[in-house]
Amino acid sequence: MTQLPSTEFHPRWYREPVSTYWWIGSWRYSIFILRELTSVAVAWTVVLVLLLLRALLHGPDAYARWIHRMESLPLIVLNALVFCFLLLHTITWFNLAPRAMPVRVNGKRVPEVLVAAPNYVLWVAASAVIAWFILRAS
Amino acid sequence: MSKPSNEGFFWLLFSAGGVIAAVFLPIIMFMFGLAIPLGWIAYPSYNGLLALAQNPLVRIFLFVLCSLPLFHWAHRFRFTLYDGLQVKHLNEAIFVFCYGGALLGTLAIGYLMLRM
Repeated sequence: MTQLPSTEFHPRWYREPVSTYWWIGSWRYSIFILRELTSVAVAWTVVLVLLLLRALLHGPDAYARWIHRMESLPLIVLNALVFCFLLLHTITWFNLAPRAMPVRVNGKRVPEVLVAAPNYVLWVAASAVIAWFILRAS
Repeated sequence: MSKPSNEGFFWLLFSAGGVIAAVFLPIIMFMFGLAIPLGWIAYPSYNGLLALAQNPLVRIFLFVLCSLPLFHWAHRFRFTLYDGLQVKHLNEAIFVFCYGGALLGTLAIGYLMLRM
């Protein structure tokens, strides 16, 4: 919209107010908002890790209490939901990479699948390493 | 958003944090949030986990793992609130809340990793 110079006596431009729930009607917009909300899952996971590390620092009793708290049913349900949001973040993030950085070979654009694929390989490999370290600590 | 020139820096943090979160957080949440509490795998022993967390390289990793994704959250959540709630008069407070939170979290993980 071009902004015309408004004078002291010019009426304010009329703008249709947008509902707070503008994103509910369409699937595309809902996915957008869900993707934006993945940041909350990210922050929540970091907070849990911080609490775990604090418990480790405080000693075996604090660690046992942390584990015990994680076993409560509401927390497991919440964490399952958080896990789904983390997956949504990972998938949308990886699939965005080829659009943010189009790769060209011999002037031809490499298919997005091929650009995103290494991300998934890296993801699986990194997950395996982390899982191995945690399992080894058992 | 007082200075647009800062946006690039915040976007860089958002971006780096997004990669770290995408690669590492799902497996961590799966292990500690689901697999261990549900008994699919054995508890990591206190001593084993402590020894792991005391390794200097792991400490650096954990610092990055916690800090950068918090800045990712700060950036994305800030715009979720700006666009979703459309509360223009609160934008400055939202900015302080988001980046203040990320900064506090960074200080917390820094302190924990120094003491570990």
